[in-house]
Amino acid sequence: MSSIVTNLACKPGDYKSDIKPIWCPGCGDYHVLMSFTRAFAQLGLQSEKIAVISGIGCSSRIPAYTNCYGFHGVHGRSLALAAGLKVTRPDLTVVVASGDGDGYSIGGNHFLHACRRNIDMTYVVMDNHIYGMTKGQPSPTTEPEFDTALAPGGTGVRPFHPLVVALASGANFIARCFSGEPNETADVLVEAIKHPGFSFVEILSPCVTFRPDEKAWKDLVRPAPVTATGDQGKAARRLMTDDGFNLGILYRGNRAPFKPAVEPTTTDLSELEKDFEL
Amino acid sequence: MGASPSVSIAIIGSGGAGALTTGDCLLEAASTAGWHGLFTRTLGPQIRGGEAAALLRLAVHPVDCLPDEFDLLIGIDWLNAHRFGAEIKAGPRTLVISDPRGGDLPPMVTQAGARIVEIPMKEMAKAIRDGRPNMISLGIASRLLGFTVEQAFAPIAKRLADKGPGAIEASLAGIKAGFGAASGIDLGVQLTAPQPTSARRWLLSGNEATALGAIRGGIRFAAAYPITPATEILEWLAPGLTRIGGVLLQAEDELAAINMIIGSSYGGTPALTATSGPGLSLMIEAIGLATSAEIPVVIVDVMRGGPSTGIPTKSEQADLNIAVYGLHGDAPHLVLAPQSVSDCMFTTQWATYLAETLQAPAIVLSDQFMGQSRAAIERPADVAFIGARNTATEISESYKRYAKVAGGVSPMAIPGARGGQYTADGLTHTERGIPTSGAVDHLAQLDKRRDKLEQFNFGDHWASMEGNGDLAVITWGSLTGAVREAVGRAAADGVKVRIVAPRLIAPVQPERFAKALTGVKRILVVEQTHSGQFHRYLRAHYDLPAPVRVFHRPGPLPITAGEIHRAIMNWS
Repeated sequence: MSSIVTNLACKPGDYKSDIKPIWCPGCGDYHVLMSFTRAFAQLGLQSEKIAVISGIGCSSRIPAYTNCYGFHGVHGRSLALAAGLKVTRPDLTVVVASGDGDGYSIGGNHFLHACRRNIDMTYVVMDNHIYGMTKGQPSPTTEPEFDTALAPGGTGVRPFHPLVVALASGANFIARCFSGEPNETADVLVEAIKHPGFSFVEILSPCVTFRPDEKAWKDLVRPAPVTATGDQGKAARRLMTDDGFNLGILYRGNRAPFKPAVEPTTTDLSELEKDFEL
Repeated sequence: MGASPSVSIAIIGSGGAGALTTGDCLLEAASTAGWHGLFTRTLGPQIRGGEAAALLRLAVHPVDCLPDEFDLLIGIDWLNAHRFGAEIKAGPRTLVISDPRGGDLPPMVTQAGARIVEIPMKEMAKAIRDGRPNMISLGIASRLLGFTVEQAFAPIAKRLADKGPGAIEASLAGIKAGFGAASGIDLGVQLTAPQPTSARRWLLSGNEATALGAIRGGIRFAAAYPITPATEILEWLAPGLTRIGGVLLQAEDELAAINMIIGSSYGGTPALTATSGPGLSLMIEAIGLATSAEIPVVIVDVMRGGPSTGIPTKSEQADLNIAVYGLHGDAPHLVLAPQSVSDCMFTTQWATYLAETLQAPAIVLSDQFMGQSRAAIERPADVAFIGARNTATEISESYKRYAKVAGGVSPMAIPGARGGQYTADGLTHTERGIPTSGAVDHLAQLDKRRDKLEQFNFGDHWASMEGNGDLAVITWGSLTGAVREAVGRAAADGVKVRIVAPRLIAPVQPERFAKALTGVKRILVVEQTHSGQFHRYLRAHYDLPAPVRVFHRPGPLPITAGEIHRAIMNWS
């Protein structure tokens, strides 16, 4: 995050737009939106200095529901679009919003490389283990036995483990939240935005329409019994062995963020032309 | 020995023989002395080793195409030279310099009736400490072309500056030996002396010209994935952008590259990517996003043989269809095509200006032939086309990003501007940018995006138009050079031909086109595709007011002026 102008008078409502969300009643994403606006207010950011970038899916509708600059792009490519923006506009706070289909399936490759590249931005994935917008197909985080019309009897395919992948790929900050705890989630988002480099926040966000079973998540989640580590080996063991319901900041690295050299050595284009003059 | 305004040379050798270095040095020596030139390298598919040939044409005038036949063919050795047989034509007037220990002469030489002179280049090189046969060949070619030893040596001295005096001495000795060996041999033609000029020549490839044109037009960010034959654009831009405070990101794939530049441009920084056919295919979806969200971006496609992986190292014009029609939905955008190495600079700069001005994506269709050829040219003139985007500065409560305005280009709020917050979207949206599926808004925004392109005055640069004959040759892209030469030959035969070569492929310009064809009696369409894509495009959008013939064939071999000249004469 950069150039934070602290303004304690900011209220979450200042970051909300007047557009009514298309989400189903009871969708976890309403709470994620609440966490976004609370985090921005806590940080006292100017809304016009925030860019919320997304792809396609229920989660990706979030930019227009904020009063920030937003980009609702094509499916799966939000991290790439955000990279181009942040590298050329380091003064902006860039938050990328995605879902388990957008982020882990069609956008999976960009996830790996965004972690590697470690550009200073925050990546929020609202994970509901299902494709909601297309009405209930299995996503990379859907349990193998979960029955759907597209995969009757279940996919039989092992779920993707986003936090482990993020750690292995070089993400600098890894956290898990639950949408039903918007205050705690907002606090984690504040830390994620403040942390230099690529911060990854997975938010378990139930789909009440296609995964009513996920209403039980509120009884399964718990604060992680340990504090964040900066040790990758320790983090790997924790992430590999947890049951997916430990919440909080799980890894906090100190890798220097990507910073291209943008100090010009010349503004005179004829200097460049000398490359070609005989 | 007759004077000729142009002379062409081919140097062939197996991998490591250094034929390409000889070609490069000859081009530099000639251009330093004031000639124009074009240098194309042709290689087998190997990354290292394998056969290589340097194809070079020097002239008193700008050179935009290779010759039908070569005047001088030097075989440092002939191993695998038959692979170039279709590409390097020799004839009875060709002088062939052959190393007697270079292997069997290939059929393209033995069947041409060419004069053959044997010079033991390898043996001569061995007699020099650290001597290399390609320096012997450089000396031979220089003598035959009428250069001095000093002229031939200067480029190599520059290249070897950090290799120590031994390497430089060996090269000089090699050049001198070759120079001596060529004594008394008559090339048969004498390159006409160049017009004296005080201007220093430029030496660059079309890909480099494209990169510089982009920067001149205002590009300050690039993102791309390596691909043949576009990579040189990126390799020059990477340090080039850094020097002026810009950035190049190597993306994980073309999907990322196009989205990165959309992100940069959304943030106010003009941005470009460069790719070839396979990469353009991957980018298409997001180019539609840039159309819908009205984000200016420039996409350079250095076309190669297709479909699929095709022929990465050879030229074709067969990406026309995907560039014009590849986007789903009704998605008006810009498509432009440079016509020469030098024009790569102008057209890319103009494309950047147009993209920025019209808040639309621009696809620039270059090709492998001009992209990877090096040319000695006059410094391209500075032009005033520098991207200037209509941005929202004083923003009121009623700001609408996609407002219907006269001309269709609505002021764009750049992140950071207070009160301009909006969400750019690929969804059909209202004037405020709010998603909608309403018929009225859909039509209004489709109209807006169409009108801003159709109502813009593109001026005279939309096409190259030359001559006023009643036979019109309509062509595009790098073929324009070969067409121009063919038309020159037809004029010498007493046949007057006009050339119409659109630089602006989309949006189409029906009124200008009709005017360009006023009074024509016959039309010849010339293009390098298998299916006649350009002809179909012309038929779809323009009235062709006279009988039409089409000369088209696919790559990999460049279409020569001779082929086009025959097509013209058969239609006269």
